[in-house]
Amino acid sequence: MDMQVKKKLGLKERYAHMTRGLDWETSYQPMDKVFPYVKYEGIKIHDWDKWEDPFRLTMDAYWKYQGEKEKKLYAIIDAFAQNNGHLGVTDARYINALKLFIQGVSPLEYMAHRGFAHVGRQFAGIGPRVACQMQAVDELRHAQTQIHTISNYNKYYNGFHNWRHWHDNVWYLSVPKSFFDDAMTAGPFEFMVAIGFSFEYVLTNLLFVPFMSGAAYNSDMSTVTFGFSAQSDEARHMTLGLEVIKFMLEQDPDNVPIVQRWIDKWFWRGTRVLSLVATMMDYMLPKRVMSWKEAWEIYAEQNGGALFNDLARYGIRPPKAFADACEAKDHLSHQLWGTLYNYGAATAIHTWMPGTEEMDWLSAKYPESFDKYYRPRFEFWAEEAKKGNRFYNKTLPMLCTTCQIPLLFTEPGDPTKICYRESDYNGDKYHFCSDHCKEIFDHEPEKYVQSWLPVHQIYQGHCFKPGTDPTAEGFDPLAAVIEYYGMNFGRDNLDFEGSEDQKNFETWRGEATRNA
Amino acid sequence: MTIDLKTVSIKPLRSTFTHVAAHIGGDKPASRYQEATLGVQSTGNYHYRPTWDPDHQIFDATRTAIRMKDWYAFKDPRQFYYGNWTMTRARQQDTMEANFEFVESRGLLSFLPEDVRRDALDLLLPLRHVAAGANMNNSSICAYGYGTGITAPCMFQAMDQLGIAQYLTRLGLLIADPDVLDEAKESWLKDAQWQELRRYVEDTFVLQDWFELFVAQNLVLDGLLFPLVYGDIVDGDFAARNGSAVAMLTAFMTEWSDETSKWVDAQVKAAVADSPENKALVSGWTNAWRDRATAALIPLAGRILGNKAQATTDEVTAQFNSRCAKLGLAL
Amino acid sequence: MSNVFIAFQVNEDTRPIIEAILEDNPGAVANESPAMVKIDAKDRLVVKRESIESRLGRRFDLQEIHVNLISLTGHIDEDDDQFTLSWNH
Repeated sequence: MDMQVKKKLGLKERYAHMTRGLDWETSYQPMDKVFPYVKYEGIKIHDWDKWEDPFRLTMDAYWKYQGEKEKKLYAIIDAFAQNNGHLGVTDARYINALKLFIQGVSPLEYMAHRGFAHVGRQFAGIGPRVACQMQAVDELRHAQTQIHTISNYNKYYNGFHNWRHWHDNVWYLSVPKSFFDDAMTAGPFEFMVAIGFSFEYVLTNLLFVPFMSGAAYNSDMSTVTFGFSAQSDEARHMTLGLEVIKFMLEQDPDNVPIVQRWIDKWFWRGTRVLSLVATMMDYMLPKRVMSWKEAWEIYAEQNGGALFNDLARYGIRPPKAFADACEAKDHLSHQLWGTLYNYGAATAIHTWMPGTEEMDWLSAKYPESFDKYYRPRFEFWAEEAKKGNRFYNKTLPMLCTTCQIPLLFTEPGDPTKICYRESDYNGDKYHFCSDHCKEIFDHEPEKYVQSWLPVHQIYQGHCFKPGTDPTAEGFDPLAAVIEYYGMNFGRDNLDFEGSEDQKNFETWRGEATRNA
Repeated sequence: MTIDLKTVSIKPLRSTFTHVAAHIGGDKPASRYQEATLGVQSTGNYHYRPTWDPDHQIFDATRTAIRMKDWYAFKDPRQFYYGNWTMTRARQQDTMEANFEFVESRGLLSFLPEDVRRDALDLLLPLRHVAAGANMNNSSICAYGYGTGITAPCMFQAMDQLGIAQYLTRLGLLIADPDVLDEAKESWLKDAQWQELRRYVEDTFVLQDWFELFVAQNLVLDGLLFPLVYGDIVDGDFAARNGSAVAMLTAFMTEWSDETSKWVDAQVKAAVADSPENKALVSGWTNAWRDRATAALIPLAGRILGNKAQATTDEVTAQFNSRCAKLGLAL
Repeated sequence: MSNVFIAFQVNEDTRPIIEAILEDNPGAVANESPAMVKIDAKDRLVVKRESIESRLGRRFDLQEIHVNLISLTGHIDEDDDQFTLSWNH
């Protein structure tokens, strides 16, 4: 037989054969039974083949490039552990940012893994299915590389060891947990708008890029590497998020209002979760690379602006809460850090008041707000702590039923007044931190009344170890809750000043310096 | 300031995470596989029920009829986490790339006898769709299964099966023109010899019990199809007919099947060992799906092996039965 | 007019990529931050295989950029020869 000279296929054509051609219309089982979840949200898809693949990676190329990334990453993790790299970070306060990361972010990476496996099974077109599956396995990568990087810190510092249990139980961690549970329990299309679009496309840069640059500034090379290495997958994930939105909007005009409502909801849910990142950037990095406000301006206002200009042709407008979220950039990190500081007896991170130079940096970065509203308060707390009156709030706060953050944020336009909203549903009263969280609840109350609110759970007695008697004389509810949380009182919680982390880091680094 | 930090010998406060220590019997050094896997899935305090499945929690142990005292009894003998999985596959992909390159550059396909070429296209290309089905099913087990110990490797399995579908596609594109892919799909949809297998695959798509799906897909169908197709037919029959070039292009599948079947065995063994109820359930599923799978594979074997088909299929089935017996199944 | 951007880790592998992009996209601006460089361009940015290859002196598959990519915005169009980000229609 003659060897045929074959035309070399281009990337698009080749990918079409390698992936798209694998699908078929089932006939022994009806398609509606094979893909049972793609209709109930009201999204209309007429032609799954119109899907545009975000990146045309086939498995051979995927393994090759991902294998290279992993080889590099683990070489750095190993070297970091062997050389006691943790002693090279700027100061031990920095390590608390990593605690928040493994407690609050890594479990979400894991949830994303399972969530994308779910939509990667359920979409009725192979193009989006495969793209989602690739994201599913990438997200597992992120969770696992984070665990492996942070594993070394866990050996030497407190506040890491029980992250799995904390994520499911501790009050401030119900904020990220409920966010992802919300997305995961929604239908597959809403999940994609929530995670693929709103979180990955609009907001994820705010988490990884400035934070990882911050890790680099603070000499934590292992975290920089996992962060940037994960972010290289995010480029694919973001593109998937954008393609999903375009696909839905192009398939049917009836999809537009549904998608708009999801964008409104998830943009707000996402910014609320990211307030934890805002505190990491402004307060937990001893050497700061940029303020939360600056990061917000670049990644949310500029990029988000460009994105929503582009989507206007489909009749999509910027998220309803956009203006309020932008206004909050001057206040978010200060208000939340103040609260974490207050409740520092019930957090598995150490908290502290910034030093004078750090306050000056905050004043310079937040000329409109820091000196006027926050500095006096922070200086007062710092003074009190110096006098031995470190303030710990022992009263449980009221939580927002939707985002689950304590009611600590202020009214739009008035940073001196806490914002309270409420709704009645089936004879009960529900409380919210904002108009937007109230609106989310009002649209789907039957969902949000299910919320596992940590404060309610504590008051109902569900957060004490079996055998605890709250009626016993001298019963200390805080101590009982900390015990239930699996935190070591005095080691995982309380102020950084005087902590075991602080002492150990000083001693170990002192030894290192003397040896050299 | 540069300081030589490694000269300091400091005593760690602990060896591993609390939840990992609980799984490995105390605070002692844990492997990367253990830290990446044990107890990683959330186990409670879910905020809302899935709108797509309100009868269950997000992760819910009752989505299967089997019961486990410890869901992390499902262990991966390969100790795969993402990093060593993807690096292992990258190495195998290097070999496959070299194989494809070798076959192409030496013009080995021009020596391929026409009948073998035809048989390879007829048999292997429709299997792209079977692999795509396996991809979907493993993504499903990962989504609805319980405990990272079994769900994470299922995601690897899903991606591996996509890789297999793509290697088969490359094989088709190397041997012939892109049209053969469409022809093979037509055959998959219409030719009588494929219909029992297609029915099998489509029926697995609607299985609600994820462990039954694991059995039907990873134990039974793969356990019969890979030895028959890549062992007896490609490595045996095609090679005997001067068609070894084909085997170079399916080398991944042979090696992969050998590797993954050990993992599959460990899962089944763990489920069966937990209770007699599990054993009865898994045995029943295996029995029923095995009979369907062998019935579906016989016409394909017949198409290639002619009068040797029945004997070969019987032999493959016998080996499968003895594999199952070792796992503690009562067939 | 909206900006698109692409960001890479800073290392030996990305230097030729970054150089090629800056040369092929007059008006593109490189913003450096620790361990990362972000290249911004008005409306459109193109990454060309040939320009990278001429710097590397070897074959380059555009998908290799995945290894060191940090982030990007805009609609993507990729083929074997170039990778384009844009907000244009």
